[in-house]
Amino acid sequence: MAKTLMAAVRPERAGSQVDAANFGIVQRPLSAWENVWNQTWLRKVVILIVLAAIWEIYGRAVNNQLIVPPFSDTIKAFFASIADGELPAKVWTSIKILSFGYAMGVLLAALLTTLAITTRVGNDLLETLTAMFNPLPAIALLPLALLWFGLKPFSLAFVLIHSVLWPVALNTHSGFVAVSTTLRMVGKNYGLRGVGYVTKILIPAAFPSILAGLKIGWAFAWRTLIAAELVFGVTSGGGGLGWFIVENKNVLNIPYVFAGLFTVILIGLFVENVIFRTIEQRTIRRWGMAS
Amino acid sequence: MATIAANLPDIGLTKPLLSVSGVTLQYKTRDHEVTATYRVGFEVYPAERYVVLGPSGCGKSTLLKAVGGYLTPTEGSIRLRGAIVKQPGADRMMVFQEFDQLLPWKTVKQNVIFPLLSSGTLRGKAAEERALDYIEKVNLTKFADTYPHTLSGGMKQRVAIARAMAMEPAILLMDEPFAALDALTRRKMQDELLELWDETRFTMIFVTHSIVEAIRVGSRILLLSPHPGQVKAELNSVERDAPEREEAIRALETRIHEMLFADTVETEIANG
Repeated sequence: MAKTLMAAVRPERAGSQVDAANFGIVQRPLSAWENVWNQTWLRKVVILIVLAAIWEIYGRAVNNQLIVPPFSDTIKAFFASIADGELPAKVWTSIKILSFGYAMGVLLAALLTTLAITTRVGNDLLETLTAMFNPLPAIALLPLALLWFGLKPFSLAFVLIHSVLWPVALNTHSGFVAVSTTLRMVGKNYGLRGVGYVTKILIPAAFPSILAGLKIGWAFAWRTLIAAELVFGVTSGGGGLGWFIVENKNVLNIPYVFAGLFTVILIGLFVENVIFRTIEQRTIRRWGMAS
Repeated sequence: MATIAANLPDIGLTKPLLSVSGVTLQYKTRDHEVTATYRVGFEVYPAERYVVLGPSGCGKSTLLKAVGGYLTPTEGSIRLRGAIVKQPGADRMMVFQEFDQLLPWKTVKQNVIFPLLSSGTLRGKAAEERALDYIEKVNLTKFADTYPHTLSGGMKQRVAIARAMAMEPAILLMDEPFAALDALTRRKMQDELLELWDETRFTMIFVTHSIVEAIRVGSRILLLSPHPGQVKAELNSVERDAPEREEAIRALETRIHEMLFADTVETEIANG
């Protein structure tokens, strides 16, 4: 009764192949619903609508304009202050300082990291400086900045530069360090040296880290700016979005306070989902360096 | 410009294109100074397919990197057309083993054009034409506008070869270019490389640890012994139109195998 452990030798066989033209369905088109739900922006819009609905319901339940004005009142205040030109003017003031500080911070970070990868002393300098200054809250420098530069927009820009420079430099540098030896050798093989080597090989190869650094730097800058304006605005009597918030709080115009916060959120969403996303899709996603 | 290699047979060609004489290569690790090769000398003549063969640890890749100009010999000299090799340059294009040697931010075509432009070899239309010409030679015309991450390993290596050959370098340096490929693709790539050679008669140094690959691809084979790398022998490979080629290949394979493992007890024949 014992079965043989080894299977009998089986005959060889040849497969019969069907011409591709005779296949039934090789690709099935996605259904309309699947196509719609595959749109990232649409899923995000749905999330935003749900959040707004929760806010509206909660605001009505609390029924106290001074604590939580409902979403609809916030929107009304938002459009009203756009219509009278106050909000756009404040946003413009903020954006001007922000872009100056951000650009300067990124520029300094670029200089510092280029120095760090080309010389050993530069590397030590960058490591020491980032270890010292990265943990230092930018807002803590504001009193000093006011003392040094006076009640001028440059005081704000100085604080912004501080908040952007270190995270961007740190990320860019770690991106440069992580560039694969093969790619470095390829660049050298082409005879690239110095600036050409940095701009044509290192920067694109390290772009995922650089972009992450730029995003973090942007978020830090935006936060620092609003926080600084809350303080700075009081002393100078004018200013941007942060000052808009303080001003309206002082007169207990709470829907306008919320409208100010709403604007901060809107700008944040726009920069993240439109500007950075477009850059990402045109670069690292297309290159297969991010999924 | 000292001529060396008096002990090598005169093969009746012109002057050597590349002469490596008495090269000792050392590199430092955290707590050791490692000697990769010790007084290695050889000469490569125009249109030779020169294979450097040896087990791992014989410093063959280090040797190739030194020819590429990435490291300087502690002793001896490397001369290309009489001029000492000091730094990497586009006259010695390298093809690496790793698939990540292509620039991911450039399409296939841009990858091939880039060195032509950045080294100032060609510009504009001429560079593009040259690039497309070599992309066609490696049968990738259909993929000229795709990004490297969408290609298979074999296709990436073909792009790397096209990129190196488009520069029409004095010498092509290949560092185990097919080692990371599967056996079927590797065999196909070897044949394609030989076809390319038939077309353009380029000079190359090809580093490998596979005896079969060395015999198939090379016209001349340098055998290195390990720890540190020293010349064991320099052999002629089997001619591609030789009668009873398969037998000759097997015989040479056995011979090389015996030479490489002369001091060990291993006797089986490697079938890489």
